[in-house]
Parts: sequence; C-alpha cells; structure tokens
Amino acid sequence: MAIIELHGIKRHYTMGDIVVKALRGLDLKVEEGEFLAVMGPSGSGKSTLMNILGCLDKPTGGSYVLDGLETSCASSDAFAEIRNSRIGFVFQGFNLLARTSAIENVELPLFYKRGAKRKDQRALARKALDDVGLGPRFHHMPSQLSGGQQQRVAIARAMVTDPAFILADEPTGNLDTEMSLEIMKVFQELNSRGKTIVMVTHEPEIAAYTKRIITLRDGALVNDLAVTGSRDAGEDLAAWKARNNLIAHLAEAPK
Amino acid sequence: MTPGRLVLFSFRSILRNRMRSLLTSLGIIIGVCSVIVMVAVGAGSQAQIQKQIASMGTNLLMIMPPRGPREANRLTTADVAKLKAESSYAKAISGMVRGSFEVVGGNGYYTTSVQGVEPDYLVIKDWGVVSGDFFTDADLKTRRKVAVIGQTVATQLFGTDDPIGQNIRVRTTPFKIIGVLSKKGATGMGNDQDDVIMVPLDTAINRLARDRFLNDIEISVTNADLMTAAQTEVTTIMREAHRTGEGDTADFEIMNQSEIIATASQTTKTLTALLAAIASVSLIVGGIGIMNIMLVSVTERTREIGIRMAVGARKRDILFQFLSESVILSLLGGIIGILLAFGLCWGLSYFLKIPSEIDPVVVAAAAGFAAAVGIFFGFYPASKAAKLYPIDALRYE
Repeated sequence: MAIIELHGIKRHYTMGDIVVKALRGLDLKVEEGEFLAVMGPSGSGKSTLMNILGCLDKPTGGSYVLDGLETSCASSDAFAEIRNSRIGFVFQGFNLLARTSAIENVELPLFYKRGAKRKDQRALARKALDDVGLGPRFHHMPSQLSGGQQQRVAIARAMVTDPAFILADEPTGNLDTEMSLEIMKVFQELNSRGKTIVMVTHEPEIAAYTKRIITLRDGALVNDLAVTGSRDAGEDLAAWKARNNLIAHLAEAPK
Repeated sequence: MTPGRLVLFSFRSILRNRMRSLLTSLGIIIGVCSVIVMVAVGAGSQAQIQKQIASMGTNLLMIMPPRGPREANRLTTADVAKLKAESSYAKAISGMVRGSFEVVGGNGYYTTSVQGVEPDYLVIKDWGVVSGDFFTDADLKTRRKVAVIGQTVATQLFGTDDPIGQNIRVRTTPFKIIGVLSKKGATGMGNDQDDVIMVPLDTAINRLARDRFLNDIEISVTNADLMTAAQTEVTTIMREAHRTGEGDTADFEIMNQSEIIATASQTTKTLTALLAAIASVSLIVGGIGIMNIMLVSVTERTREIGIRMAVGARKRDILFQFLSESVILSLLGGIIGILLAFGLCWGLSYFLKIPSEIDPVVVAAAAGFAAAVGIFFGFYPASKAAKLYPIDALRYE
C-alpha cells in the first residue's frame, strides 16, 4: 500500500511581480516500508517538497494522498492533527525543547494527541527512547546530551505516535561521522522493522544507506533510482570505530 | 492538551524565568495591593469616623440656636418641657447649658467644661457612672448643688483619692460630688469628653449661667429609622412653642446625627473611590507590562512554537498556552499583591495606628480584575503566537 502519493504537485511563490516555481508538477509514490532519500542541489525544491510532505505547507496545485487520506482540502487544524498522528519529524537542528527533559520532549506529541491517556504517555515515551537506544538518560536536558543523543531523542519523539512515515530533514547535517553513522544505524533498524522513512539529504554517502534515491532539479524529478546493495550503517560504524581505535593506539604507542 | 497539563506547563515556563516573571507581575502586585489597601484604609477610617459620630449620642437630634451674628438664642426649659410632653419619637430629652469655669477643690484649681444637664443626658450619651450616682429629676427641681465629674477632672483635682463626697467650688457656688462618670475617650475632633463636670440643669441656669437660655437641646430618638420623622415632629413642636408663623424662618436649627453620618460616609466613600481608581490605573499599567513581556516571550520562543506546531499543536493549543501563562502570571501577581496588602494593613494599624478593614469582596474583585487583565493583555501576544506559520517559526533563528 502506498503511504505517499503525489500527483502533479506544484508550488509557486509570488515575490512581487516574479512567480517562483519551486515545484513544477511532481509525481511520486512511496510504498510502505521504503527508505527514501531525496537529493538535489540547493534551490532544487527539496525543502519545498519536504514542507508539503510534512503538511507544513499546502501545494499550489496537484494532489497529495497520505496514507489513503486526501490532504488538499484539509483545514489548518486537520493539518495539525495529520502532523501529530501520521508524520514523525526529524530535523537537522534536532529542534528539541530547551530545558525540557528527554522524556518530556518525547511525550510532547502525545500532549497534543486527542484521546491520549496520561498513564500511557510515559510508557510510550520510555519505549520510544528504548527503541532508539538512548539508555538511561531519560531525565537529561538536551544541553546535557551529545548531538547524536539529541537526535536519538528527536527520532524517539518522531516515533512515539507511531506515524505512517518518518520525515527527516538533513538529520545528520549537524553531526560528525561517528554520530551520523549511529543515526543512520537507528534509521536502518527502524526501517527493517517496517517503518517508512523519507530523508532529505545532500550527502551521497548518507543517501547510500537508504534503499531508494530520488533527485530533484529545478523543481522536477530528474532521477529515481533503487539502491542496489545499500550499505549497512552498523558495519560501517564498527569499522570506523576500529580504525579510530587503531589510530589512537598507534598514537599512544611508545616510540 | 488537558487544562491540567496547560497549567503545569505554564507554571514551569514562568518558573524558568523567575526574575523576569517577578518583575513582570510587579505592576499587578503593586496594583492589587494598593487597591486593597486604599479601600481597606478608606473603610477603616469611615468606620472610625462613624464610631466617633456615634459617640456623640445614640440617634441624636440636636436643637441649637440659629447661627449668624444677629440671631438670638431663644431655647428654654419650657421648650424642653413641651417636647417631653408632646414628642412621640423621643426616648430621652435633655436641655443643656455649658461654660468653661475655673473649679476649685481637692488639690487646687482646674479649668474645665461645666455642663448643666438633665438625668436623661446619660441615656442620650449612652454613658454611666463608675462610682456614686447621677443626679435625679428631684435634684433638678430642688436645684441641689451636686456634681458628677468626668475621669480627667477626677484625676486632675483628686489624683487617686476618692472624689465622692468631696466639695468643689465653681465660681462662688459650692457643689458636692456625688458621682464619677465612666471613661468616654476623645471625640472625633480630639476633644477629651472626660474633661467635664455635670451639674443639674436648673442649678446651672440659676447659679452659673448669665441668662436663662439653653445652649442646646439634645434628643435621643427611639429608633434609627425614625430620625427623619422625629426631626419633622420636633420642628413642628418647636415652631409651635416659639409661635413661629407659617412661612417664617425658624429661630432654631436642628442637627440630625444620621445626616452627619451620611455626609461623612459620602465624603470618605468618594475619597476611597478616587484613591482606588488611581490605584487601579497601576493594574492597567501592570497589564501592559505583562503584554510587553509576553510579546518578547513569543518572539523568543518562536522556534519552540514551531516545534510544537510541527508535532501537532493546533492554533488554539498555542493560543491557550500563552494565554494561560499570562493569566497565571497576573493571578500569581494578584495573590502576592493580596498577601502584601494584608501585611501592609497589619503594619499600618500596628505601627501607625491607622485603622483598616479589608473587604473580602474587594479582595475577590482585585483578584478577578488581575485575571481579567491577564486575559485582556495576554490575548494579543497569544494570538500573535498562534498565527505564526509553522515553517517560518521552525526556521526562525
């Protein structure tokens, strides 16, 4: 079953007399369980597509069917509810609430979920944090966590409402290689358990961990490739750590 | 989001910026506090004034000679007799002459107010004797030379000795002291009411006064509700007694105690209202302070708003969040203001002896007004927050 179905999606911005065509009639279909990377140079319409997929923005034309639900005529409240229950956001800058503990950050979407029971919220948040492997740091503030840990909290927050898909915008953009690999490992694990993931990135080596790469240019889809033999983040992470350990070992070795 | 959660979050966000929150609510604190204190002090002084007026007598009507340089005093004991015979509303009536005399007796000299009154005078003044007796109607008829002295006079002339049975001399007339009045305290004007000697009216007219006219006639009416009716009746009787023709100006004036109380109350009420109005201006200023800080807070927390919207907060969730913050902020200010007002009122009465009566209605109204200020001045910043576009809010640096 298709999670995302885009038909002829257009998004035009009017700036004074000039009409900027950020998306020019885009068709895209994402099936359940896919791990999709959206690539393209800046100005290609990646962010616009991301906003539309995330129901943060409405297309100028075309139709967007999310998980069997036509979104083009939804109100802003309905959009909020779709974002709440069907989409899990992961951002480049983590976007966690400052001075709010990890577990409360994860609980946040549940606060806005209608009919969510107070009792279940803690348990769901704990489970989500366990799933991303944050360990025992439930009550740490974001400022007490490393970038990789913060991004894990953000992924847990995205997962906690069991959304139709996860929408990640440059999730490794602010992270070093090791942390990036850790995050990609989490994504691959989630994907292997059947979670659909759409990830915007401009790094080919990160896109290499996905199963399908689409490329945008000037607001149109120019390339749609299935990744054959995608890399395993877990293996790469182990190799990276081993190499670093070796370098550290050599550096410390007596002359 | 449930209301409980909303309140919890608002509290947390307020506590996160303790200093700022305190400074923000300072306007409300001062406003609420000053409104309550102003009204409390107003009510306190009003009660005090009323108490002082009441100490003049109970349901008092005073008939006095007309004021003005050409007006002659024509109040006599005959008027008193006619009033006693004809008035149906009067509970007690007493004529009075008074003068300041140097009194000799006990330890020496003392100048005080000597009043010639009738036994009813004690009823009118709601007064009594602590030792001895007051003189009777029989003493009046026989013009006995007896006196009842006030506490101040007793102390001044006799110190700690028992004055009863002692003799004093007023001008050339000796009086035997038969009683000592209980302590009455000062009047509203600060006059010591215990600095007095009372002698039978007829004795005073006969021995001390220069003429046979009375300084005033005092009447205690049976019931506070009958004051106006009693005044009308007394006027009629007096005009009859003085044979004042219809349409002619009366040769006396009547002072009605309830009217004085009403006038005094009106004055203090007006003053209190004025002060409260001035104080409530600071409540509004405080509200503007809250609006200002909430606007800053909305700008500061644009990203947070964006995150909340991205994870599913509706416009109204954001609106209620900021609204509840400003309401809680102003309510907390209100509560602190109320506590401060209680402390201040206590301090005023304890250290400065300024009486105050805190009215629960005013406290409730001030708290309600504080909340209303929170809603009113919080609405604009909150709606500004709710109207943010999620994409812009998320990208805000």
